[in-house]
Amino acid sequence: MATTEGATGSVARTTRKAAKGSSKSVGASHASALTPYLFMAPYLLLFAIFVLAPLVSALWISLHNWDYLLPGKPFTGLDNYTDLFSGTGTAGLFWQSMSATAQFTLYSVPPLVLLPLGVAIVLNQKIPGQKVFRAIYFAPYVLGVAVVGILWRYLLDPSVGLINYYLGRIGFSGDLPWTNGLPWAWIGLVGATVWWTLGFNTIIYLAGLQGIPRDLYEAARVDGANNWQAFRNVTLPQLRPVILFVTTVTILASANVFGQSYLITQGAPGGDTRTAIMYITDEGLGRFRMGSAAAMSIILAAALAIIGALNFRFLGRGDDY
Amino acid sequence: MAQAVARSRRGGGTPGSSKLVRYLSYAALLALTAVYVAPFVWMVITSFKTNPETTASVPTWIPQPFSTEGYDAIRDPALDTPVLKWFVNSVIAAVFHTLLVLATASTAAYALARLEFRAKKFIFGLIVATLFIPPIIFLIPNYLIVDTFGWIDSLMAVIIPTAATAFGVFFMRQFFITLPDELEEAALLDGANHWHIFSRIIMPLSKPALATLGILSFLTNWNDFLWPLFVLVENRTLPPGLAVLQSANTTDYAIIMAGGVIASIPVLILFILAQRYVIEGVARSGLKG
Repeated sequence: MATTEGATGSVARTTRKAAKGSSKSVGASHASALTPYLFMAPYLLLFAIFVLAPLVSALWISLHNWDYLLPGKPFTGLDNYTDLFSGTGTAGLFWQSMSATAQFTLYSVPPLVLLPLGVAIVLNQKIPGQKVFRAIYFAPYVLGVAVVGILWRYLLDPSVGLINYYLGRIGFSGDLPWTNGLPWAWIGLVGATVWWTLGFNTIIYLAGLQGIPRDLYEAARVDGANNWQAFRNVTLPQLRPVILFVTTVTILASANVFGQSYLITQGAPGGDTRTAIMYITDEGLGRFRMGSAAAMSIILAAALAIIGALNFRFLGRGDDY
Repeated sequence: MAQAVARSRRGGGTPGSSKLVRYLSYAALLALTAVYVAPFVWMVITSFKTNPETTASVPTWIPQPFSTEGYDAIRDPALDTPVLKWFVNSVIAAVFHTLLVLATASTAAYALARLEFRAKKFIFGLIVATLFIPPIIFLIPNYLIVDTFGWIDSLMAVIIPTAATAFGVFFMRQFFITLPDELEEAALLDGANHWHIFSRIIMPLSKPALATLGILSFLTNWNDFLWPLFVLVENRTLPPGLAVLQSANTTDYAIIMAGGVIASIPVLILFILAQRYVIEGVARSGLKG
């Protein structure tokens, strides 16, 4: 956590030079002991009801056979968890959805981390119109997943979509099953996601690149470095906290994928692209089996926490935070 | 690309190759621009077609004939896809949610940034820690809490619970700690209390940060999909409405795209007018997820 804050902080520092070190006490003697709590009360009330209480209650619900539609909600201990891990009943469908989420994350994170880095480096050449390009690439992000989902469902439609039409025109088969066949459905979902969020990561990289001191490049030139060496020895190390931040945020966003699959593939074919969050919402808010759904969401969250920690271990190398 | 950045940073290598890099960069950026603009244009064009034309075997880039059937259909109150009502709901929800976030986050952040009290570190740490908890954990319990309050299918469900996000407090606190201490030292000597300092000195100085947080909150709420999909049943906002529109008109793409255009216009206008705030907000803290 502290490390992510550090990464965020370094992005912040690059764009905001005025940042000061830390807060200081001001006029403490003039404030009554109650004053800070009065200021915080409205937010803390929301925070307690909709953040802290649900955290505890998620654990509590997961220990019960909690069916929303039935009056009794008997305590069942760890049964919801052991059922999932021993593969009882519909547990297989849950693990299929976890595997779908893992696949989407695996396929989407490399393009979402690397393409925006390339775009940011090109834009950072002080190209005329830099701000216009940046705004155009970012525009889909302000639309939200619902608009992006219905638009790409149409573009990717196997029979009437533009993608297949133009692929057919340039000599491909032109009837690829983007919404209901593998691996095409994954490619379509990743493509729509890249179109949607590329601009977001590009902006973070650009802020990072603009914060690299110019004299580092001048020093590299004096030492006789060529362009590749300057990139390798100045840009990459300087950008590492930003790359770590982008990678972490992207992994978490991809692992939370829901809307794209919900609107574009509806989980097809045969549940292969049904993501963990789709399955958890089906279980908890479709079939109202909230006990097992809560257990599933805790397993998913634990998996994400482990991935986040590994990410810092390997990318962060743990030496400068 | 690596060469490009290094060269521009170094004030240009050999002039000839630098020019070549520049042309290639431009070509790549323009190609990418086409990939970004074409789907938008296609959505707008499709929304002005008659339905048969939207599934024509040879796609057309100019509607033949130009038609507002799609828009007429979603205005029809007899249909169970009242897009205008969803639009109004989305406006109400996003506006009130934004005001709630600004009010609660800025007051809490003022205490955490500029007042001294024993539990400060603990409370701020607790708030920030929740930023890293996957939101799926909150889904089932918050559904039950909202249900207890009788807010299922009420706009309260999409205005209030999401305002508890730690992001706003974190964001405003990071801004407040950059303001100089002398601001309130002078005011306190003049006998002002902390509410005066907050409302008359700190808030007016924080307009850029408030604008950024306000716009990000508005966009997030306007676009929120998963939560309203489950807590709103009939009284929907636009994003879950679009999902219903899609499944109710499986192949009537003129209607579906008209819905998409209507959902896009307000946020695109907001983005164009307030681009600086949106982009700075993302560059500074990130809001993905």
